[in-house]
Amino acid sequence: MKIKEKIIELVLKFFASITILTTVGIIVVLLFESIAFFKSVSILDFLTDTQWTPLYSEKHFGILALVSGTFLTAAIAIAVALPIGLTIAIYLNMYAPKSFRKVLKPFLEILAAIPTVVYGFFALTIVTPFLQTIYPDLETFNSLSAGIVMGIMIIPFISSLSEDALHAVPKSLKLASFGMGATRFQTAFKVMVPAASSGIIVSIILAISRAIGETMIVAIAAGQQPQLTLDPTVPVQTITSYIVQVSMGDAPQGSIEYKTIFAAGLTLFLFTFILNSISFYIKKKYQEKYE
Amino acid sequence: MNNLQKNRFIDQVFKILGILFTMLGIFILGVLIYNILKVGVTRINWDFLTSLPSRRPEKAGIYTAIIGTLDLMLLTIIFAIPVGVGAGIYLEEYAKKSKFSSLLEINISNLAGVPSIIYGLLGLGIFVRFFGLGGSILSGSLTLSLLILPIIIVATREAIKAVPHSLKEASYGLGASKWQTIKNVVLPSSFGGILTGIILSLSRAIGETAPLIVVGAMAYVPFVPHSVFDTFSVLPMQIFSWTTRPQQGFAIAASAAIIILLIITFVMNGIAVYFRNKWQKKLK
Repeated sequence: MKIKEKIIELVLKFFASITILTTVGIIVVLLFESIAFFKSVSILDFLTDTQWTPLYSEKHFGILALVSGTFLTAAIAIAVALPIGLTIAIYLNMYAPKSFRKVLKPFLEILAAIPTVVYGFFALTIVTPFLQTIYPDLETFNSLSAGIVMGIMIIPFISSLSEDALHAVPKSLKLASFGMGATRFQTAFKVMVPAASSGIIVSIILAISRAIGETMIVAIAAGQQPQLTLDPTVPVQTITSYIVQVSMGDAPQGSIEYKTIFAAGLTLFLFTFILNSISFYIKKKYQEKYE
Repeated sequence: MNNLQKNRFIDQVFKILGILFTMLGIFILGVLIYNILKVGVTRINWDFLTSLPSRRPEKAGIYTAIIGTLDLMLLTIIFAIPVGVGAGIYLEEYAKKSKFSSLLEINISNLAGVPSIIYGLLGLGIFVRFFGLGGSILSGSLTLSLLILPIIIVATREAIKAVPHSLKEASYGLGASKWQTIKNVVLPSSFGGILTGIILSLSRAIGETAPLIVVGAMAYVPFVPHSVFDTFSVLPMQIFSWTTRPQQGFAIAASAAIIILLIITFVMNGIAVYFRNKWQKKLK
């Protein structure tokens, strides 16, 4: 009996350890192929060259061209999602009647459940043609449309995580502000948002992390032209959509094209790892504050 | 306008803005669904569901994609559920406060934030190349299993946490061992919560495209896979490949396939919400 209990515990422990193996696996795979990549391309070129053309005969390996596309689309997404998501969070927390809130939240959650390939299709076939009626010079593939749709997708992240943060603020603070004669708007922006700021910042950081790792929307709607630009009307390429482009073709194992997707992946992983770590750190501190 | 009136005015304006933004989300959802239905719904018929993909858009169907999705999900269920639920049980019931358990915890929260395409690179490096499984259903489902593991673990832990302590104490009081208590008391009373998490994670897995592209899912699979070592396509992959074609016929086919994918996603989310509500009532 004792032995059986022990074996079960060990098996469960092994299952839990698979998560550690996953992280180790990710790091080993990314590093292993990236080291092979950096044997043929110098890190200095990788970080400073402004062109990314591994699939052409004249090869350049400047990751900046992909990083700029990644951050351009992410910045547009955040510019859409942050004001809308935060306003929704404050509205749900301070203004909306309880019954209304109960109906609304699942609807907003649906936005987060829709597969991203569907959003990509939406961006390319509906949003881009619509934007072209306003701004005819907009190209078929552009970061504006992809960024806006990505922003719509991450609205629920910001609204629901920020609402949780607002919800965690002690009620006494809110009531004290009302007692002083402040309006809901004044209470929201002078008391609640500052008190919940760490939680709101966490939601924003996670949203940024989600946006730079998002793949299908940009692969479908943002184009496949790596270029160092801040112009949202022209095609760009992100780190993720480059990986998709190479994967859709046949890059033989060991070729330089094959290795580039791991070097690009490592770059992406580093960005999201840093963002996630910052949010984890803030979350830890913030929990201590109210407990 | 005096100060008081001004403040009340701003308050009202913000309230209206809040309603507008909230409605905007629902409005966009409506526009998306309306447009896709308008283009695609007439394309859905029995032939569409049972035809193989084709280079001619009006003849193309999603049979292999649906079978691929089903196969992939079945294997993912087999791999991910025991491991995910088991890991959740370990962390909640066995793990003592130690360096190892806090490492596990930080690691899981970090894994949940890793972009799905990175899991694709992991699958490509480990399953496809290192273990030599190629771009097979097996590689795809192992990759997806790792991807949804953090979701299942977190859901399992939340569900187990919600089980009242008194139930466990009663079981121990009757002389039950730890595993007997888990098997007979903890798991049955957290079942609803765990099930909700599992369904949500599978709904996420069904919509995943990026990691499967990297692992080697095919845009064009003209046959039904016979074994787990065969190449495969899945519904989102089929949609992606049709979306990238210039012919209008493929856009219609993509819309039709999206309708099917959305129905699957919404039904799964609906079931998950239903179980969650039922389970929460039972706990009270």
